[in-house]
Amino acid sequence: MKVTGMTLVRARWLLLAALCATAPLTLADDASPDVGAAMRRSFEAKHQAGMERLNQDDVQALCTRYTPASLPPAAAALIQQASLASVKPPAAGQYLGDYRRGEQIAQTGTGLQSSDDPAKPNGGNCYACHQLAASELAYGTIGPSLQRYGKLRGQSPAMLEAAWRKLYNPQADVPCSNMPRFGHQKILNEQQLKDLMAFLFDPASPVNQ
Amino acid sequence: MSDPMRIRAVVKGEKVEVKILIAHAMETGQRKDAEGTVVPARYITKISASCNGREVLAADWGPSVSKNPYLSFRFKGGAKGDKLKITWTDTAGDSRSDEVSIA
Amino acid sequence: MTTCCARRGLGAVLAGGALLLTGLVQAEDSTQDAIAEYRAMFGDDNPAELWQARGEVLWRAPRGPKKVSLQACDLGLGAGVIDGAYAQLPRWFDDTGQVQDLESRLVSCVTTLQGIPREQFLKVKFGDGDQQSDLEALTAYVVAASRGKPIVLPLRHPAEQAAYALGKAVFRYRAGPHDFACATCHADAGKRIRLQELPQLTTAAGAREAYTHWPAYRISQGELRTMEWRLQDCFRQQRLPQLKFGSEVAIGLTMFLAKTAEGGTLAAPGIKR
Repeated sequence: MKVTGMTLVRARWLLLAALCATAPLTLADDASPDVGAAMRRSFEAKHQAGMERLNQDDVQALCTRYTPASLPPAAAALIQQASLASVKPPAAGQYLGDYRRGEQIAQTGTGLQSSDDPAKPNGGNCYACHQLAASELAYGTIGPSLQRYGKLRGQSPAMLEAAWRKLYNPQADVPCSNMPRFGHQKILNEQQLKDLMAFLFDPASPVNQ
Repeated sequence: MSDPMRIRAVVKGEKVEVKILIAHAMETGQRKDAEGTVVPARYITKISASCNGREVLAADWGPSVSKNPYLSFRFKGGAKGDKLKITWTDTAGDSRSDEVSIA
Repeated sequence: MTTCCARRGLGAVLAGGALLLTGLVQAEDSTQDAIAEYRAMFGDDNPAELWQARGEVLWRAPRGPKKVSLQACDLGLGAGVIDGAYAQLPRWFDDTGQVQDLESRLVSCVTTLQGIPREQFLKVKFGDGDQQSDLEALTAYVVAASRGKPIVLPLRHPAEQAAYALGKAVFRYRAGPHDFACATCHADAGKRIRLQELPQLTTAAGAREAYTHWPAYRISQGELRTMEWRLQDCFRQQRLPQLKFGSEVAIGLTMFLAKTAEGGTLAAPGIKR
């Protein structure tokens, strides 16, 4: 059965109702404040950052309530299935684009901020969290190192699909992952994702030197 | 009128250690303001220090020196109570002097 | 943007010029060491002092339609008492019926005592190369008077407790196209974003390390940056809309951070990259 977004909504309420009936939910705090309402009162739209961005989807709501570690197994499975279902493979099954453009995307930290030009393409900002090319010293450690990513894995269909899934919607692998859902949330388009794939997998890419 | 410099001058052994924090925009002439207009260059070109009227430091500065510059140096021949005077001049012809007693 | 740095042990030293990141080596530890060395070079010399000096002038000067100074401003410890006041903020204030942080409390005093309209005073909340912020200067001055004091937040008033609870909940609120919450970057230890270390704000140790050094002179911007600035800039980077100045989320998060940092010794205004 294909788990769609709507199915996730209904299933989530059933899940929470079941959890309430059996055991008390461990919430972040007793008498939780109505955070959503407080957020709406405390923000105002600015350029492309509209107030609708404060509305949480089901995944964000669940991942606010729980951390990856405290997420109930049933909720984790639900998120994982819905996320997997959201992954759209690239046209004609061509996973690899241009690694030079991919490197640009990995280095670019702008896109979708109120201070950004909406006409410019969004960056992936991969170096904010990951080590990639050995020659780039300014890398973050929020995510694991991706040094020699393609060299270590090869380009079998399974490897390419796994990496695509990770980029498109990382919650297909790790429910409530910290990594943004680049494809599903339309942060990056299909060509950009393919270029990033090339940056990761192309033997000539700086990542694999 | 510019804001005052903050000057600390302390005797340390044989020398006097001086630390100065200067309030100055140090505009390079490369920056654009919010409207996109180039902000004209205005930076300190000369700075000097004198102890009881005797010059102990003279420097020529340029646009590479940062906004709100910090200058630190040591000199011999100063004593507690001596008057240390710092003077700067910028490209707009503005000038400022501030004075402290050496501690 | 040029920076302001000092090298010790030389005859005559000049500020400015390029960043000194000598000895930057591949290993992660060496990278952090180089950054720490760069910070250590500043020692106790902090351009924030220029804001403090200007703030003192603003505090004492009779201003606004009422031509009154801020010397009767009550920051929680009585009229005109600034010594240690920042260490006990945010807190509930009877006269405004709100929990307030330092910045919103300063605005209350400026508008009530001096009669300066709120919109006018907040026209320049955060300075840049073209304009100075009076709010930043006043904040720097008051904060400096709590240097060396421990943070004390008993949270006796229910509104103070509610602000804390809200801040704690907002900390985990995932939203926006990137699903970012404060927790995304600040809930774990030993992480960094690019080369910037990320304090773990959920523990006392981590919160103290971060909170006790804000407000701070931000070298890369050539400006003193306050807590309200830091919070709204985080939300910008989280791809969310504009956090309103003095809003319940701004106050709540500040309360959450300050309370988590309770017992820590204030070292603000600090200095940052």
